[in-house]
Amino acid sequence: MSSITDTTLATDVVREGILARVQAALGDIIVESLVKPGDDIWVRVRTESWRETAVKVRDLGFSYFDFLSAIDWLPSPFGRGEDDPTEPAPVRDSTIRRGYTGGDTRIQMLARVVDPTTSMGINLKTDVPDDNAHVESWTTVYAGANWHEREAWEMFGITFDGHPDLRHMYLPTDFEGFPLRKDFPLLARIVKPWPGIVDVEPMPGGDQDEPVQDGDAQ
Amino acid sequence: MTLLGDRQQLSYIASQAADARVNLELETEGMTLNIGPQHPATHGTLRIIARLDGEQVVWVDPSCGYMHRGYEKLTEVRTYPQVTALVNRIDWLGSFANEVPFILAAEKLMGIEAPLRAQHIRTILFELSRIANVSLFLGDLGVQLGAITPVFMAFRDREYVLNLIESATGGRFHPNFDRIGGLKDDLPAGWIDETRTVMKKLRRFCDEIEDLLFGNEIFQSRTRGIGVIPRDIALQYGMSGANLRASGVDWDLRRDQSLPMAWDKVDWKVWTHPDGDSFARCWVRLQEVRESTRIVEQLVDTIPAGPVMTKVPRIIKVPEGEAWVCTENPLGEMGYYVVSQGDLGPFRVKIRSASFNNISITPWLLKGVYVPDIVTILASLYFILGDIDR
Repeated sequence: MSSITDTTLATDVVREGILARVQAALGDIIVESLVKPGDDIWVRVRTESWRETAVKVRDLGFSYFDFLSAIDWLPSPFGRGEDDPTEPAPVRDSTIRRGYTGGDTRIQMLARVVDPTTSMGINLKTDVPDDNAHVESWTTVYAGANWHEREAWEMFGITFDGHPDLRHMYLPTDFEGFPLRKDFPLLARIVKPWPGIVDVEPMPGGDQDEPVQDGDAQ
Repeated sequence: MTLLGDRQQLSYIASQAADARVNLELETEGMTLNIGPQHPATHGTLRIIARLDGEQVVWVDPSCGYMHRGYEKLTEVRTYPQVTALVNRIDWLGSFANEVPFILAAEKLMGIEAPLRAQHIRTILFELSRIANVSLFLGDLGVQLGAITPVFMAFRDREYVLNLIESATGGRFHPNFDRIGGLKDDLPAGWIDETRTVMKKLRRFCDEIEDLLFGNEIFQSRTRGIGVIPRDIALQYGMSGANLRASGVDWDLRRDQSLPMAWDKVDWKVWTHPDGDSFARCWVRLQEVRESTRIVEQLVDTIPAGPVMTKVPRIIKVPEGEAWVCTENPLGEMGYYVVSQGDLGPFRVKIRSASFNNISITPWLLKGVYVPDIVTILASLYFILGDIDR
């Protein structure tokens, strides 16, 4: 039995087979795909075919809608919100490093659909245009996408064309900004600086002045 | 397989159509009914705005966000070990079960696995949270229908399970016990004997609830044929857990995917129900508590010896990558999509919680039902606000 962390598998016949079926159905809609043996499948598709992708994978048997969300790949200009407000702001690397199946834009859609008979799912990604954050809505394909798209709309500022009811899900109606974008600061850390700045707890066994090296097992 | 051919459902649709005709003839006036945000039937602060035509619902608009805590944003400024303290609070009745998928995702990215003993104890505690969570549901179900007794029995017997969780982890509601690479501690002495006794008590509790509630005529007439969710609708909305299995989908993530947990080492059964109504959802949950007690009893007999913690670095840095892990939590499928960029904390975590999907079906489901059925349907869907709002 292969466990999920078993990365010694060279190939994964089941997942390769699923990907082959998806590739046959989607054709040149797919930009990039990845199978991690014993782990999962990632597929990145063209933005203009986002809805078409949903229709085709649903017809392939992926009838279970798991979730839909987005990823903002911009490194946070606020770091981990642990800066000392009295010091000048540190310079941070703002190069975007994207995850599996790459991408060209800052914000990417991420959705997962599952085949309930085999319990195998695929992670679908697509680029969201930087200047005009629009993608097609999935609500007519998977009814459950409705609330997920409302959430992605208010949290990332992505507009879903064809969504019947794009209203705020969690935030007040007049809320400004998109909280899950990386350039939206975590306000709790602005109002009250990170307490770790003042009470630094020494690491067990480590010298406080010396930066602790990772990888040393206890 | 759709359930539309089912006689019970056809008669339900016919009765609805008849009522609609009566309403049309009487020219009843519409009104808007606001339920919540504070309402005893909602386990928190879900607000439901319902437009009524006479006694029937025309549309509903569930309004969430009264308890939104922004965990997805907060995880970005936490380290991996700190995140478990946050995700504990998502489904606060089955806290330990929330920690497990996140820890599994981090372990998957790091390429490590907890020792066998830790996997066993994790599974036991996971099932104990399910028992604590769902037994409260079974008691609470009575309250929604006007029966007070079951809830006292549920609180009484849940206490035994909470005591077990407390003596093992130190926390009754928020254990924060799971660690990357294993568990914080081993089980205390005498815990296993105590667990066996409690599991017997819980099975007796299930029998009592079945006698009191499920055999009750009022309960049956209030739940049978009410709030029917066909199979394909349930799948489209991403419903999970007992709500999905009550619509006839034989799918349980404990059985159908391979995780480094101990469910595949014991003998248990996945219960389904073909009806898809409120009764089916409650019934499937009742059976699940019974199965969970069986799982726990078998697991405590076979806990392997060995350490409960594998070797992990003192400061945990998770290698770059993306991982998705989901488990069958008390409320349904809970999963974490963790994006790591090789830092101390996650770059992005998408928290997929069960209740969010389960409750997103309500605008479809509550159309056309009677006002008192709103509460029973919501109760049978079983959601926890922390699990919707995250």
